Amino acid sequence: MTPDSSVVEVTLESDLKNVEVAEEITRRVAGTAGFDEDEQQRIEMAVHESMINAIWHGNQNDGSKSVWLQFKIHNDRLEIRVRDQGHGFDPSHIPDPRNDENLLNVSGRGIFLIRTFMDEFRVENLNGTGTEVTMIKRLNSGIPTKQGGTDREHESHNTTS
Amino acid sequence: MSMKATIRQVDSVTVVDVSGRITLGEGCTQLRELIRDQLSKQNKNLLLNLADVTYIDSSGIGELVSAFTGVSKQGGALKLLNLTKKVHDLLQITKLYTVFDVHEDEAKAIGSFSKSASA
Repeated sequence: MTPDSSVVEVTLESDLKNVEVAEEITRRVAGTAGFDEDEQQRIEMAVHESMINAIWHGNQNDGSKSVWLQFKIHNDRLEIRVRDQGHGFDPSHIPDPRNDENLLNVSGRGIFLIRTFMDEFRVENLNGTGTEVTMIKRLNSGIPTKQGGTDREHESHNTTS
Repeated sequence: MSMKATIRQVDSVTVVDVSGRITLGEGCTQLRELIRDQLSKQNKNLLLNLADVTYIDSSGIGELVSAFTGVSKQGGALKLLNLTKKVHDLLQITKLYTVFDVHEDEAKAIGSFSKSASA
């Protein structure tokens, strides 16, 4: 932690009921960080989708597992980490839900929404102990909500060393 | 607050006033069962009034798509009424706004079903 940042950390039981808890924390932290209401909602939605991925896909809805969240408020950005105890996924293999052939698919929009609402998104597999998603939103970036990611997006997969 | 739905019949159209959260878990399951129930009663003209939907996530959007395709396959039509800004924006971002028939006026929305049927 650097002197110009503050950190909020919470570990939640892997239960869908806790998605709303994470949303509430996110709204408060994003407000404290200086984001306006629209941006707070977008950040909240990104965390919502990350929590769903962590609980449902990562932890396989196993209530004995947990999800760890960290919010780091910097002067110029909010950095959010969501860590589960699952086996990870490769976001580069998720097709664009806006393509004609995917438009009527029932699933496959969660990661797309995270990429749309946040400035950076990356996924890291943690030596088989879980998956950590990092999302960054910059303050006053002046960039309108993009759709599905840009060249500023970084993804890392299986970065074990 | 989980999802709640009130069903009313207006002419040949089943209007479903949805409120609360359409999210993975209870909200999506309730919506799925509601659509299935209406189709089993041969109510195939469905108008979902989403004015009081406070939250919808990617799973909820997927559930709307599933409902749309399910009703269409049965020869019916599912239309949307009174989108909140949040839902409207999400449908725009996901390019689904052009897939759904979206209305802001209930009477016109109900009238549009008979037009579709006679077209």
